[in-house]
Amino acid sequence: MALVLNEEQSMLRDSARGFIGDKAPVSHLRQLRDAADATGFSRELWKAFAEMGFCGLLVPEAFGGSGLGCVEAGIVLEEIGRTLMPSPYLATSVLAASALSRGGSDAQKSQYLPKISDGSLLAALAVDEGTKHRPLMTRLRAVRSGNGFRLSGDKAFVVDGHTADLLIVAARSAGSAGERDGLTLFLVDPGTKGIAIERTAMVDAHNAARIVFDNAEVDADGVLGEVDQGFALLDGVLNIGRAAVASEMVGLSEEVFGRTVTYLKERKQFGKLIGEFQALQHRAAQLYVDIEITRAAVLKALQTLDGDFDKAAAAVAVAKARAGTTATLAVQEGVQMHGGMGMTDQFDIGFFMKRARVCQELFGDSNFHADQLARMKSY
Amino acid sequence: MSDLEKFRSETRAWLQANCPPEMRKPMTSEGDTFWGGRNAKFSSEPQRIWFERMRDKGWTVPDWPREYGGGGLDAGEHKVLREEMAAMGARSPLSSFGIWMLGPALLKYGTEAQKKEHLPKIAAGLIRWCQGYSEPNAGSDLASLQTRAESDGDDYVITGQKIWTSYANYADWIFCLVRTDASAKKHDGISFILFDMASKGVSTKPILLISGYSPFCETFFDNVRVPKSHVVGTVNRGWDVAKYLLQHERAMISGMGERGVGRPLGQVAADSVGSDEQGRLGDPMLRGQISTFEIDEAALSAAAERAVDLAKAGQAHPAFSSAMKYYGTELNKRRHEILMSAGGIDALEWESERSRGGARPRAWLRTKANSIEGGTSEVMLGIVAKRILDLPGA
Repeated sequence: MALVLNEEQSMLRDSARGFIGDKAPVSHLRQLRDAADATGFSRELWKAFAEMGFCGLLVPEAFGGSGLGCVEAGIVLEEIGRTLMPSPYLATSVLAASALSRGGSDAQKSQYLPKISDGSLLAALAVDEGTKHRPLMTRLRAVRSGNGFRLSGDKAFVVDGHTADLLIVAARSAGSAGERDGLTLFLVDPGTKGIAIERTAMVDAHNAARIVFDNAEVDADGVLGEVDQGFALLDGVLNIGRAAVASEMVGLSEEVFGRTVTYLKERKQFGKLIGEFQALQHRAAQLYVDIEITRAAVLKALQTLDGDFDKAAAAVAVAKARAGTTATLAVQEGVQMHGGMGMTDQFDIGFFMKRARVCQELFGDSNFHADQLARMKSY
Repeated sequence: MSDLEKFRSETRAWLQANCPPEMRKPMTSEGDTFWGGRNAKFSSEPQRIWFERMRDKGWTVPDWPREYGGGGLDAGEHKVLREEMAAMGARSPLSSFGIWMLGPALLKYGTEAQKKEHLPKIAAGLIRWCQGYSEPNAGSDLASLQTRAESDGDDYVITGQKIWTSYANYADWIFCLVRTDASAKKHDGISFILFDMASKGVSTKPILLISGYSPFCETFFDNVRVPKSHVVGTVNRGWDVAKYLLQHERAMISGMGERGVGRPLGQVAADSVGSDEQGRLGDPMLRGQISTFEIDEAALSAAAERAVDLAKAGQAHPAFSSAMKYYGTELNKRRHEILMSAGGIDALEWESERSRGGARPRAWLRTKANSIEGGTSEVMLGIVAKRILDLPGA
C-alpha cells in the first residue's frame, strides 16, 4: 500500500480541516477554559461533528457507522491537533468504538455502537491507576458476586470520564499486578452505586477524571470480551489509541511549526528578519525533517493497524515514541523562537505546549514505548 | 490477481531460483561489493553468477528503459522488486556511481547518442565511473570550482585539480564539473563533461584517511584533451545537471545506513555486555540508546518509502532528498557510535585476525564522512531552510 493518503482520505482530511478550522479554532478552547465550562467541550459542536459523519468512522456499517479504519480516524485527530479542539472524539469515537467493535457481543454492539455513531452516547476508557501508564500493573479488583462482579479500586487520567454515559473499565479478576492473565474489561454505568467521579481539569484545559470504585456492582452482561483474558483486547484498543494520539501530535507539531516559521519571517531584530539567522534556520530545518519523518512513521502505524492488526505493535510503539519526542521539540522550539511572546497566555503557542505534554503522557510516553520496542526485540 | 500481484509472485519465484544462498547474507567487507569496470574482479563465484543473472534481466538498473540495458520496470514494479529482494536479504548485484548518479542525469539531460553510448555499459557493469566535483577550494561552496576547460577547435583542454574523488584510482571514466566561462557569475560558467580516465594528462593520488583506507583520491588534470561532444546538457549550464545529479547522490547516501543490516543491534550488544535475569540488556543506558535509535531508524525507513510514493504521486518536493540525506547520515553515524560502545574494548582492535583487521572501528570512522560527502549536514539544512521553508536570506 502506498504510504500516502488516497483520494477519499484526502477528501476526508479537507472536510475535517474545513469544519474544525472554521468552527473550533484555538480561540474555542480558550473560551471554554476562560469560562471554566463544566463540560469542557461544546455539546452543540459535538452534535454537528456527528452530523458530518466523523463520530462513526470506526463503527461498522451494520451498526450505523461508516466502517472505515485507523487511517481515517487518524486524519480527523490530526486536524483536531491543529486547533486543539476539545471533544469526546478520542474517548468515544476511537477508544470505545474500537473496544466495542473488537470485543463486544452482538447485543453489546447493538446497544451502544449506533449511539456512538450518531454522537448521542459518550464513553470513556478507564485504564491508568498509577502516575505512569502501566496497563499490566492494573490492580483495580473485580470480585465475583452472584451473577456478576463487584469492582473496587481507583482509576486516574480517565479521559472525558466526567461526562461519560458509559465507562469501559480494566480490572483484575485474577492473578496479581504485572501478569498478563487475569484482566477483564467491563462495561459500567457511571451512575452505579459505589462509583465516585471527580473531574480533573488538566494543564491543557482538556478534561480527565479520577474515579473511585467501592464495591460497584456490574452484572455478567457487563463483561466485554472474555473474563480473565481481557489484556489482548485492551492492548489492541490501546494501540489504536496510541496511533490516534500520535496522529494528533503530528497535527499539533505541524501547526506549531507553521506558526513559528511564519514568525521567523515577520519578526525583526538587529535590523534583520530573525529567520535570516543561520542559528535559527538550521534549527527550523531540523524540526521540519523530524516532523516529516514522524508523519511517515505515524501513517505507517495507522496503515499497519488497518492491514495487519496483530503485527502492528512495533510500528505503533515507533509512532507514539517518535510523535512524543517530535511534539516536545516542536513546542519547545515554538516557545523559544517566539521569545517573550511565547511565554504569554495571550499568545496561543502555550496551549500547544500544554497539550503536547498531555499527549506525550497519554497511553505511554516515549520512554515507555522505547522500552516496549526493546522488549519486543528481546534485549 | 492484479498485474502487480502477479509480478510479485513471479519475481519472488525468480529470485528464489536465481539468487545464490551466499548472496543472501549481509555484506561484511568491501570485497562483498561488486563495482564492475574494465578491471573488475569477482570476489567469488556466487557473486559472478548473481551479477550475470541480474544483468541479463536488466535488473542491475530495474527502472531504466530496456533500450539502454535496463529492466523497463515502472515505479510500482520497481518497488515490488526492492521489497522482494529486501525480504530475502538479497545483495545488490552491482554498485556503481554510474547507476546511482550519472545514469539519472544522462537520462534527463543526455543526447540520444550519449545515452546509447554510456547507459548500456553502466547497466552491464563494463565501465566504472567516478565523480569530479569537489576541489581543494570548492567544498561546500562547490560552484566556486576553478578547473578550467579552454576551447580549442572541437575539443576542450582541461587543467585543474579535483579532490575527494571516490575510487578515482579504479575508475574508467569521470563525470566532471569544469569552468568553461571564467568571466560569467560562478553558477553560470560551469559545464558538465565526460571523459576517459586513461586520457593523457590524468593522474590520481589516493588520500589516506583516518580509517586507514584510501577510498578517496586527489585527481589531477594537465591539459587533458576532451571532445566538445562530451558535454552533457548545455555548455555553461552544467550547474543544472550538477544539482539534479546531487539529488540522486543524496538519496543514495541517505540510504547507506539501511544497507547490509546484519544482526540486530540489541543482540550485538547483548553478546558483549550481557543481559539481566529478565532478558534486558545489562547496560540500561545503552539499551535506551539502541531502542531510541531503532525507533528513529524505523521512522526513517517509513519516510524513505513515503518519499518514493510521494514522487510517484507527483507530490514530492524536489529538495526533500536533502532532508533525507541529512537525517540518514546523522543516523548512520549514531549506529556506528552504538556499535563501538556495544563492542567495548573488542571494537578497538585495529589489525588482529579476530577483529577482521579492525573492521568495526574502520567502518565507524568511515561513517564520519557520510555527513560531509555529497554536501555537509549544514549545507543540507541550509537547502531545506531556503528551498522548502522559504526562509529569508538563506
